Amino acid sequence: MSEVRVLVGTRKGAFVLRSNEQRKDWIVDGPHFPGWEIYHITGTPADPNRLYVSQSSGWFGQIIQRSDDAGKTWETVGNQFDYDGVPGTHQWYDGSQHPWEFKRVWHLEPSPTNPDSVYAGVEDAALFHSDDGGKTWRELSGLRDVKATLWQPGAGGMCLHTIVLSPDDPNRMFVAISAAGAFRTDAGGTTWRPINQGLNSGDELPDAAAEVGHCVHSIAMHPSRPNTLFMQKHWDVMRSDNAGELWHEVSGNLPSDFGFPIGVHAHEPDTIYVVPITSDAHHFPPDGKLRVYRSRSGGNDWEALTNGLPQRDCYVNVLRNALSVDSLDSCGVYFGTTGGQVYVSADSGDNWMPIVHDLPPVLSVEVQILP
Amino acid sequence: MIVVTLPTHLRTLAKVSNPIELQVEEPVTQAAILDALEAIYPMLRGTIRDRVTKERRPFVRFFACGEDLSHESPDSAVPSEVMAGKQPFRIIGAMAGG
Repeated sequence: MSEVRVLVGTRKGAFVLRSNEQRKDWIVDGPHFPGWEIYHITGTPADPNRLYVSQSSGWFGQIIQRSDDAGKTWETVGNQFDYDGVPGTHQWYDGSQHPWEFKRVWHLEPSPTNPDSVYAGVEDAALFHSDDGGKTWRELSGLRDVKATLWQPGAGGMCLHTIVLSPDDPNRMFVAISAAGAFRTDAGGTTWRPINQGLNSGDELPDAAAEVGHCVHSIAMHPSRPNTLFMQKHWDVMRSDNAGELWHEVSGNLPSDFGFPIGVHAHEPDTIYVVPITSDAHHFPPDGKLRVYRSRSGGNDWEALTNGLPQRDCYVNVLRNALSVDSLDSCGVYFGTTGGQVYVSADSGDNWMPIVHDLPPVLSVEVQILP
Repeated sequence: MIVVTLPTHLRTLAKVSNPIELQVEEPVTQAAILDALEAIYPMLRGTIRDRVTKERRPFVRFFACGEDLSHESPDSAVPSEVMAGKQPFRIIGAMAGG
């Protein structure tokens, strides 16, 4: 019977939740790194026991941890994230130019084939790569050649939070930055271009269709359709069927199209999930009801999934890295909340149950299936 | 030997218990103490001071002999009692409200 391992990063440590493919009874292991912010903990597809962790603290800065035994023991690896050359400047809140300053790692994306190869998305926004298991990091600085002087931090910081590797082209990857937009490389990270055509940010930008500056919250792809991307933007749920060349809105009948995470079903590339919250001013679900919305048609037609989720007095949020799916035959969907709950659905979202109720605010959720 | 104490999170990270005894070459300055500390415990690089500029992180403080040495020059000598190993060089996580 398969083992299910859910890796949870929180404001105060990391947790590993374990179950079998029934996904009913769970063992909660943690906190690992208690007291530290864990922006991301993730496993490597090529070696499921190789885990990477972004551990940070307002006092003591950034640490990267690596485990080669599924979290039994940890090794502190490299935390030197030096921008390539003269870092340059980006737009600051007052309109002036501000020097690039490393703050933290938001997202770690391991290679699907090489456990020593891992990408790191950081704040202030940049992309780094390690080919030695996290010991050393090198910036792929071509990304910041794309009008980076115009990028500016949103309220959550100017972070590179999403990294999507193309499953059929090792030279192609997608990243997303708040509040700069989405970008694509077809050259292994050496050169990049913005892929924001079709996005409309009329309430946030003076030029609603600007080439850069859009606040993309997350991007998801199904590996069988690498040219189809789904995006949860600040406002609007978007879709592209040509690898980001052009986006169109698929918010449809959502009660709000503001939100953070977006996910794709493991076996149905047109089944997608979002968790709407009320607005940019009200980061909690509409009407105090925690509802995951599922579209089985790749957007526009959405249904509320509520069985097992609180339908009154609920004012939590689900952050951008805190929704994930597993690859079991009956696809599991998982998400964590700012209230410290981690929910699982073992049937594609029809029914939900909490795995844990009272963790610290959840920053990230990843799932591994072990044979 | 110079005696150094670390805050809880850094003790955990370095896998040590307080206090740490360090051999520090003269002149014994803040920078020399941190150089010796980071040489033995490389996982602490970047957690107390910037890896490149060597500036103290904003919410880290250095105390010794009842004094706050945080704003002293990194190249200034530490108190003689610290040099003699009679008082610890204390690395502190600054207080935070909330």
